Amino acid sequence: MRFELTPRASVSPVVRALAPVAAFITAFLIAGLVIWLMGRSPVAAFQVYVSQPLSDPWALQELLVKATPLALIAIGLAYCFRANFWNIGAEGQYVVGAVLGSWLALKTHGTEAGFWVLPVMLLLGILGGALYGLIPAFLKTRFGVNEILTSLMLVYVAQLTLDYLVRGPWRDPKGFNFPQSVTFDPSATLPPVLEAGRVHYGAVFAAVAVLVTAVVLGRTLFGYRLRLTGDAPRAARFAGFSTKATTLAVFAISGGLAGLAGIAEVSGQIGQLQPSISPGYGFTAITVAFLGRLNPIGILVAALVVALTFIGGESAQIMLKLPLDLTQAFQGILLLCVLAADALVSYRVRLISRGVAK
Amino acid sequence: MKPDVSSSGPPLVELKGISKRYGELLANDGIDLTIAPGEIHALLGENGAGKSTLVKILYGVIEPTAGEILWEGRPVSIASPVEARALGIGMVFQHFSLFDELTVAENIAVALSDEWTLSTVRSRLGEISHAYGLALEPDRAVWTLSAGERQRIEIVRCLLQNPRLLILDEPTSVLTPQEAEHLFITLNKLSADGCSILYISHKLEEVRRLCRNATILRGGRVVATIDPRESSAREIAALMVGNEVGEVRTSARQGTKGEMLRVEHLSMAPGSLHGQALADINLVARAGEIVGIAGVAGNGQTELFAALSGERLSDQAGAVIISGKACGSAGVDDRRRLGAAFVPEERLGHAAAPTHRLSENTLISHATTEVSRTGFIVLSAAKRLARSIVKTFDVRTPETDPQARKLSGGNLQKFVIGREIIRKPKLLIVDQPTWGVDAGAARLIRQALVDLAGEGSAVVVISQDLDELFEVADRMAVIHHGRLSSLKPINEWTKEAIGLEMLGVAQTQGTVHAL
Ligand SMILES: Nc1ncnc2c1ncn2[C@@H]1O[C@H](COP(=O)(O)OP(=O)(O)OP(=O)(O)O)[C@@H](O)[C@H]1O
Ligand SMILES: [Mg+2]
Repeated sequence: MRFELTPRASVSPVVRALAPVAAFITAFLIAGLVIWLMGRSPVAAFQVYVSQPLSDPWALQELLVKATPLALIAIGLAYCFRANFWNIGAEGQYVVGAVLGSWLALKTHGTEAGFWVLPVMLLLGILGGALYGLIPAFLKTRFGVNEILTSLMLVYVAQLTLDYLVRGPWRDPKGFNFPQSVTFDPSATLPPVLEAGRVHYGAVFAAVAVLVTAVVLGRTLFGYRLRLTGDAPRAARFAGFSTKATTLAVFAISGGLAGLAGIAEVSGQIGQLQPSISPGYGFTAITVAFLGRLNPIGILVAALVVALTFIGGESAQIMLKLPLDLTQAFQGILLLCVLAADALVSYRVRLISRGVAK
Repeated sequence: MKPDVSSSGPPLVELKGISKRYGELLANDGIDLTIAPGEIHALLGENGAGKSTLVKILYGVIEPTAGEILWEGRPVSIASPVEARALGIGMVFQHFSLFDELTVAENIAVALSDEWTLSTVRSRLGEISHAYGLALEPDRAVWTLSAGERQRIEIVRCLLQNPRLLILDEPTSVLTPQEAEHLFITLNKLSADGCSILYISHKLEEVRRLCRNATILRGGRVVATIDPRESSAREIAALMVGNEVGEVRTSARQGTKGEMLRVEHLSMAPGSLHGQALADINLVARAGEIVGIAGVAGNGQTELFAALSGERLSDQAGAVIISGKACGSAGVDDRRRLGAAFVPEERLGHAAAPTHRLSENTLISHATTEVSRTGFIVLSAAKRLARSIVKTFDVRTPETDPQARKLSGGNLQKFVIGREIIRKPKLLIVDQPTWGVDAGAARLIRQALVDLAGEGSAVVVISQDLDELFEVADRMAVIHHGRLSSLKPINEWTKEAIGLEMLGVAQTQGTVHAL
């Protein structure tokens, strides 16, 4: 006995739009079951995870803060994934962007350097991420190395480099031996959008990235080029689009956006370098990108939803003593449900028992 | 008329009232068809008549909206190709279903059941290719093969499973006459062994030789079931189309003689281990003429096309000169800007993206025109362009602006040719322009090529179809093993001379390249 997927002839757009909603409900039901099996009340968990954050203004701000890097990175990944290139290493590009940007912050620390510091830091962040993203792209175009492997492995190189820097050369000498850098000067700090608010300008960058990307992917030849490269590579070459150039471009863009997310997070949110500057944003953004169907607006929504699970997970840990790993498990369940819903919308599943046609 | 008198038992397969609806369109409308054991049955009809749809239903690829299939008198439901194969049905698709990156043997092994290992495939492959004259190298990667060679894989793949019904969707459209001859011997052998064959083709002469029964479809319905030996090809064509097919008119040529394309000492290493190298190719195409390039598939046509289109670059800029500009190392786009246009051999996946709408597919070669001059896509212009291609070239679409894959093979061919001709290129290079196209559409396409040349463009037609070349070309050369024979006026060529060139016999007489 086995299953077979056959494409459905026609799928109404309504069903297609409702699929993620159904995926969500299913994911919540599964997560509820898991929580119930762990001996906790699924209803209480739902309140902690969803109701409370959404009704609390502080938590709402926190939501935007967490959604910012997710959206920035996922938007970048959409460029790659649309063209069928698999950048799994956004986490590493995020870290390198943060490191390169922070280098300037630490260099100018305690000097009277002016307003130019912050913009240059951001540019360095973008540059760092883009260059780091170009490594797997170059290896792929030049030597045909699989980009999934290289981009993923480079994550660990970046993380360990950061670790080395904050424990070694960049450690704050007055920091009681804690592995962290000095706190950034105000001139190197990304300010909040509203005075005394928590939401920093990274959120604005994310919003701009969403809008620009919506236009680029939907309305420009470059956007079409990515789709064509992804859907029919030979036709893309026939159209005159060089696969090499496309590969380099999408990796540079997605790396650059991840790097921007990294430096924005460090200078706007954390305020200094430390061994861990991300709860796995770079990986979770992959979920976000697919949850949003590689569509910029969809990604924005997905980033907010997934940010909710981060916040909910934190409070569930405190209030219900649920392990933080549950958050990651839930994100995984959510991704699986979304992919399954997509598959079920486009395909009909049939159970085939062997020997039918005998 | 009863299908086959020689068989006494029940028919092998009987289709009853098969219908298939795509939205508004009835692609199949109550089709009845009976095939006896060992019978070679032809399925005829113009482009979009519903032939591929019907055989895909029989092979379990698509589900009929209504109707019944009887196998040896018993009703069966064929829900998937796996079930079709279990019944003993094999099929060669109109568009190939091969993995480019895998080798010939691997491609065959993945499609067969688990008992087939690479080594059993390899050994049986040798036997089958030998027995039926279908030469194949098991270890070549598929992407290095020509369409004709790819099709051999598909045929051999079916034969390995000893099918009881073999469905062939336009098998000879990409074969050379010799290859086709081999195929007919194969099919007759199979038929003698009791295997039934359902045969789709636009080449009526071969149908008349091969088949004793033919079902003719028009607009999704059976319009006649005939014995093709008793009617002329003309009569059958009239049944298919509903009226008679005319001949290609030669249009008055304007007297311009400007040189649009010059290829000088073009040599190119093979793109892959087994590809065909191009050796010292010389060629000139002038405004107002059609230059034909004949040859057996796999002799470097694909490579020559890639070198001319700029999909593969030469390190000598002067090897390819378009409109007086050396552009051997310039990409496709630059050559398009010089007024050149290209139509590759494979329409699905190379000329067009299957899942993209026709309007989006215009962007592939019109990016520098009003559709997207600024880098922004003007969707309304793209839609308008697609509409006018569809209208001018009589492309029958199932809906407005459908995805390319929803067009029948011949209609997509009209679309991709139309997409280039509508640009009024000064130079058009097309590879196998009428592959799998019905008589009416083939005429339309050839007419369009002749008219384009008549308006003062240069046209280069790479084709395996000698009749086609004799019909449209002014001058012709033959490609063999990556070398091009001298280019001579069409009336100086005899079929014998071409045959010699195709076999490479004439090559020894020296390489004089007329310009
Ligand atoms: N997936 C699809 N969705 C909508 N319409 C389709 C689809 N596939 C085929 N059609 C339409 O069904 C009709 C029959 O197509 P089919 O491919 O069976 O034609 P055909 O007889 O094989 O033609 P050809 O000789 O050109 O290959 C055409 O009008 C085609 O556009
Ligand atoms: Mg067909």
